[in-house]
Amino acid sequence: MTPILSAKNVNIYYGDKQAVRAVDLDVQRGTVNALIGPSGCGKTTFLRAINRMHDLTPGARVEGTILLDGQDVYGSGVDPVNMRRRVGMVFQKPNPFPTMSVFDNVVSGLKLAGIRDQKRLMEIAERSLRGAALWEEVKDRLKTPATGLSGGQQQRLCIARALAVEPEILLMDEPTSALDPASTAKIEDLMSDLKKVTTIVIVTHNMHQAARVSDTTSFFLNGDLVEHGVTDQIFTSPRDERTEAYVTGRFG
Amino acid sequence: MTTSVRTAAPAGRTLSPARRFQNMLMGGLILLATLLVVAPLILIFFYLIREGLGAINLDFFTKVPAPEGETGGGLANAILGSVQMLAMASVIGVLVGVSGGIFLSEYPRHPLMPTVRMISDVLAGIPAIVMGLVVYSLIVLQFGFSGFAGSMALGFLMMPIVVRTTEEVLKLVPQTVREAGLALGLPKWLVTLRIVLPAAAGGIVTGVMLALARVAGEAAPLLFTAFGNSAINLDPSKPMSALPLEIYRGATSAYDENQRLAKAGALLLITLIFLTSLLARRASRRK
Amino acid sequence: MSEPTQSSPTRPPTPSALSSRSDRQFEILILALASVIVLVFVLSIYLLGSESWPALQRFGLEFFTQRTWNPVEGVFGAVAMITGTLVTSLVALAISVPLAIASALFVAEYAPKWLANPVGYLIELLAAVPSVVYGLWALFVIAPVLSRWEQGFFQDPARLALYTSCKNLWDSGSTTLQCFFVPSTFDGRGLALAIIILTVMILPYTASVARDVIRLVPQEQREAMYALGATKWEVISRAILPYARAGIMGGVILALGRALGETLAVAMVIGDSQDVLKSLFGGASTMASVIANQFGDAQEALHRSSVVTLGLTLFFLSVIVNYVARLIIARLTPKGIQ
Repeated sequence: MTPILSAKNVNIYYGDKQAVRAVDLDVQRGTVNALIGPSGCGKTTFLRAINRMHDLTPGARVEGTILLDGQDVYGSGVDPVNMRRRVGMVFQKPNPFPTMSVFDNVVSGLKLAGIRDQKRLMEIAERSLRGAALWEEVKDRLKTPATGLSGGQQQRLCIARALAVEPEILLMDEPTSALDPASTAKIEDLMSDLKKVTTIVIVTHNMHQAARVSDTTSFFLNGDLVEHGVTDQIFTSPRDERTEAYVTGRFG
Repeated sequence: MTTSVRTAAPAGRTLSPARRFQNMLMGGLILLATLLVVAPLILIFFYLIREGLGAINLDFFTKVPAPEGETGGGLANAILGSVQMLAMASVIGVLVGVSGGIFLSEYPRHPLMPTVRMISDVLAGIPAIVMGLVVYSLIVLQFGFSGFAGSMALGFLMMPIVVRTTEEVLKLVPQTVREAGLALGLPKWLVTLRIVLPAAAGGIVTGVMLALARVAGEAAPLLFTAFGNSAINLDPSKPMSALPLEIYRGATSAYDENQRLAKAGALLLITLIFLTSLLARRASRRK
Repeated sequence: MSEPTQSSPTRPPTPSALSSRSDRQFEILILALASVIVLVFVLSIYLLGSESWPALQRFGLEFFTQRTWNPVEGVFGAVAMITGTLVTSLVALAISVPLAIASALFVAEYAPKWLANPVGYLIELLAAVPSVVYGLWALFVIAPVLSRWEQGFFQDPARLALYTSCKNLWDSGSTTLQCFFVPSTFDGRGLALAIIILTVMILPYTASVARDVIRLVPQEQREAMYALGATKWEVISRAILPYARAGIMGGVILALGRALGETLAVAMVIGDSQDVLKSLFGGASTMASVIANQFGDAQEALHRSSVVTLGLTLFFLSVIVNYVARLIIARLTPKGIQ
C-alpha cells in the first residue's frame, strides 16, 4: 500500500541556518506517528512543512519532496490553500476562534468556505464533536462562546474543528503540552479512535506519550532524522546509540 | 546583598530633617501642579454650564442663528452639518484607516509596509489647518466650498488615528488564531476578514470613536472647505456649517446673542465629545 | 506538465474565492486603500508646493528672513510668524513640561487607585477639548483678567511714560527686555494669552505619555532605591525619572508638534499683529494663526500664495518634529523602557 505521506530528502532552512537535514520518512494510512527529540531538534519544523505553514514564515525555505497521497505538496501549480484543506492541524495551545460559538468553531472551515446548509453543518458538527469525544459535554451549549470552555475542552474543540473538514492527515504539534494530566489522558485515549478515520503525525516532547499513543516513532536530533521505526522497537531496542541515550533519559 | 541593605538601613532610619523636608515639599508641589493641570478642565466645564445651559432649549436644536444684532435662533444648521460631515468623514476614515491597519499588521513583510507606517505616523501630526489648505486646493478651487470638501478634510484627519489603533488591536490577536484558520485551508483574506477582524472589532470601534471625538471639535480644517452656512443644508455639494465653526464665528463676533449661542454650542460639543471619549474608554477597559 | 486538477477526486473543485488567487486580489485591494494615506501625503506636498510657488519664486529664501508682512504693499516675509510660532510653542512647552511630569507622577506614584483613575481620566479629557472651546474660554475668561491688569498699567502716569518710550522703540521695529514686558494693548489679547492657552492645551500630551512610561518603570527599580533608605522623592528623582527620561522626551516632542500647529485657539487670542515680537502683552501671530485669519480674505494671488507658503513651512516643520519624536522613542525606548 502506498504511504499517505512520503518525505524524500527534505531540507528546511531559516535564512542561512539549516533546521532539518535530508529527512526521508514514510507514514502509513491509519497510523499514529510520533516525532520525538529534544527541543530545537527540527521535529516541529518538519511537521509544519507538511501543510506548508512555512510559506508564512519570513526567510523559511523547504527543499526536497513531500508527497501527500502521491501528490507533491510543493509541486508547481499546487495552491497552498487547497493543500492545507486536506491536512488538519492541532496546535500547542488551544486556539479556538475567539468571537465564535462552539458550533461555529467546529464548522468554521466549512461555513467560511461557503457551505450554508444548516442541517448538513449540524450533522458534521455532531460527528466531529463525537469524534473528538466532546459531544456529550457541549451538546447543550453549542451556541455559547467557545472561550467559555476549559482548556482541555478547548483543545478537543480544536481537534473537532480540524476533523470537520475531513483531513487526510492530522498534524498535532505538542497538543497536550498546555493541558493538565486529566485532559491529556482524554486526548491520548482519543487518538486510537481517531486513526480509524484519519492518519496522525504528532510532535511530542513527552516520550511516555509517544510510547503510549503511537505506532511508529521518529527520533530527531539537531535537524537529522536519526532513527525511524515501530514504536516498540525504538523504545526497547533502538539501533542508534543516540536514540538509546535519549529514550533512556540520558539527555534532552 | 543583605549586608548592603543592613548597612544602608540606619541611614534610612536617621532621616535628616533636610531630606524629610525636601520629600514633603516635592510631594506638595506635585499635588499642587496636578491641581493646576486639571483646574482648566473643571473651570471650562462650569463656565460653559453657567453661560451656555440657559441657551439650550428647543429653539437651539430647531432654529438657525438669528441675523446679526437680533435675538433668538439656534444652531440647527450647525448640528445637522456636523452630523452629516462626520458621517461622510467616517466613511473615508474607517475604510482607509482599517485597511491601512490591516496592511500594517497582516502584511509586515510587504516592501511598502515601512513607508506606509512612517507616512501614516507623520500624517497624524500634520496640523488640521494645513489639511484644510490641501483640500481647498484639491477640491474647493474647482468645485467651491462644500460639505463634501469639509468631510474630506475631516476624513483625512481621521485616517492615521484609525490606522494606528487598528494596527495595535490587530496585533493583539494571537498569531496561532491566524495559523488555525490557515491550517483549515481558509485563504488569508477570509481568515483576516472573518476571524481576525471580528476578534479585534471592539478595539477598532473604540479607535473610530476616539477619532470621531477628535475631529468633531475641529473648526480649522473646515474654514476653507465647508466654509459654513447660516441655513440648514442637506446637500453636501453646498457650503455647510458645523458646530465648531459656529462656535468660532460666534465667539469672535461682537454680538452678545452670537456669543451666547457659541457658548451653548460649546457646551453641547464638549458634552458630546466627553461622552464619546468616556464610552470609548469604558469599552476598551472591559476588553 | 499535465496537472489538470489538484484536488483529489472525492472533493469538488474549489471555487476561486477560496484559492490563493483571491488572496492576491485581497492584498491588492488592501494595498490600494492603504495607499490613499501615501497619496494624501504626496498630494499635500504637491498642492501646497504648487500653490506656494508664486510666493517662493518672488521672494525666494528672503521669505524666511524678511521682517515685513504687508498685504497692501505686497511684501511678504515670515519672520514675525516664525518667531511667533517658535516663542509661543517653546515657552508653552517650558511651562507645561514640569507641570505635566508632576501630574504624571501624581497619578502613577502618589495617588491611591480610587483617585488616580479619575484624575488620569480628567487629564485625558483635557486633550479632547476642542481648540475653539479653549479659544472661547481664553477670550471670555482669561482675557478680561489680563485686560484689567493692562488697563491698570496705563492708569499709572509713570508707567505711561515708559509705555510712550517703548512705543517709539516698537514703531522703529525693535524692543528691549524692559519694553518686552510693557503692554502694548489693553484688551488682554496677545502673546501672553496665547502662551497661557497653549500651555493648557499641550499639557495632556506630555502628561499621558509621561504617565505611561512612568508606569512601565519596573517595580524593582523603585524597591532597590527604597531598600537603600531613600525617601519617596529620592526614589522618583534618582530611579524613576532617569529611567523614564527617554519616553518622556518623546512625549515632550509630540507636544511640541501639537503646539506648533495649534490654530484656532491661538488665532482667537493672539491679537493678529504681523509685527516682529515686541511685547509679551501685545499682538503677535503664528504661522497657523495667520493662515486662519488671512487665507479666507486674501484677494491678491501673491498674498494667498504667501499664506500657503506658511502652510507648507508648517507642514514640513510638523513632519520633521514628528519624525524626530519617533526616532527618539524608537531609539531610546529599548534602553529606557522594557
